[in-house]
Amino acid sequence: MKRALFSSDEIDRAIARIALEILERTRAPRGLVGIRRGGGPVAELLAEAMSKAGATTPLGTVDIALYRDDAASAPPDPKIGPSRIDFQVDGADVILVDDVLQTARTVRAAIDALLDWGRPRRIWLASLLDRGGRELPIAPDFVGRAIEVSPSERVALIWTGTERGAWAETKG
Amino acid sequence: MSARFQPRHLLGIEGLAQSDVLALLDGAEAFFEVSRRPVRKVPTLRGKTIINVFFEASTRTRTSFELAGKRLSADVVNISASTSSVTKGETLADTMATLEAMRSDVLVIRHPASGAAQYVAEKLDAMALARPSGLDASRVVNAGDGLHEHPTQALLDAFTMRRHFARTRGAAESDGPASFEGLTVAICGDVSHSRVARSNAHLLNLFGCKVRFAAPRTLLPVDVESLGVEVFDRVEPAIEGADVVMILRIQRERIEGALLPSMREYARTFGIGERTMRAAKPDALVMHPGPMNRGVEISADLADGKQSAVLDQVEAGVAVRMSVLYHLAADPGLPREGST
Repeated sequence: MKRALFSSDEIDRAIARIALEILERTRAPRGLVGIRRGGGPVAELLAEAMSKAGATTPLGTVDIALYRDDAASAPPDPKIGPSRIDFQVDGADVILVDDVLQTARTVRAAIDALLDWGRPRRIWLASLLDRGGRELPIAPDFVGRAIEVSPSERVALIWTGTERGAWAETKG
Repeated sequence: MSARFQPRHLLGIEGLAQSDVLALLDGAEAFFEVSRRPVRKVPTLRGKTIINVFFEASTRTRTSFELAGKRLSADVVNISASTSSVTKGETLADTMATLEAMRSDVLVIRHPASGAAQYVAEKLDAMALARPSGLDASRVVNAGDGLHEHPTQALLDAFTMRRHFARTRGAAESDGPASFEGLTVAICGDVSHSRVARSNAHLLNLFGCKVRFAAPRTLLPVDVESLGVEVFDRVEPAIEGADVVMILRIQRERIEGALLPSMREYARTFGIGERTMRAAKPDALVMHPGPMNRGVEISADLADGKQSAVLDQVEAGVAVRMSVLYHLAADPGLPREGST
């Protein structure tokens, strides 16, 4: 069973809208930080849209493998990627960006990671898709679309090619 | 490409698969970046205990392991033989069992006897299997055992070479093994007493590198053929066309013994300076595991020159040891029969 959550056009419109909302509500200096790996391409698209609107915004990424709440008990992550934040975090409005928001444990870890780079004025959270199922008291500030998806379903978000879009699929 | 580190302990490079080495090197890329941040610490091993047990003098390796553990938020304890119960006659196995009973997760061991780390790992695993409580045994990291191996040194050397040649060969920085496959590496100096040379030979062989040993005949190991290296009794032919020249420390106690006539003669015939390096490739990398005897095995000009990777090796050491500790300490699971 596969049902569509987001079409290619809807994703583009959501990105454009979130970019404007970010510019409206946040304050310069700003920085976008994609949560690896899904949040990376979303943050890139947001940076592009914000730059078209006249606000060039630095872009970074964080990898949360080393900050997971189960890091010391789960098997080692075979692929820890490097984090890269080249802008000044102190005093900035930093927008954490993820593709799909569910339990928010990833976001909690990303906040911890980000704070090791400095003390932002404010941390915001943008997510393209909020599927519900929170396990921590964390809420997004900018959302592309909020759809309740059952934990028994898997969400696939595809960026490239002709099959671009988001779907929910029953876990097989 | 997602390599996984399979063994329970890190006792040597011999016997590891290429994928084990890659898992450790790839992980080290992420940890390398951690050490360059404003806050050089991640919470990954919070609540884990690492004990460094050094039965042999060492400053850099011990400090490197200590920083690696601390940057992962583990609790790190250092014990050196001169202050331990060893001086009161306790056996190695008893010392280790005692430390483990205090619930250590990783024991890092340096010992003058070859095979000491392996011996300890086997003892601890056997004890754990016999324990009704089902508590896991400590993981063991060999930080140098006699003339046998020094695996983390070989790993940090490989990490340094990989980063360097990825840059000069124009590949992506952490893009797989290609960046140091097939290099020609000349290891010069006291190879017979060098666990660094042995570990490096095993690791480089896994990646199809050509390894050459150069040493006076009295300082060549007897089992050198089994390491799959080419042997030279002069420096110049060994260095000819090499991508990497690794210079080993000559230990004074060997010189003062029967193996070498004098320090000056060694410096003249086996000391490597900028002139000797002309035989190597023009951009060849100069490495030394330290501590250096300037003016003996390596000239001061070369040690400080732009080909020198000596300080890069030290920086890589912390990242590589973080990766080793992470892969061992974060992995749950009891020893299996014969898994050591």
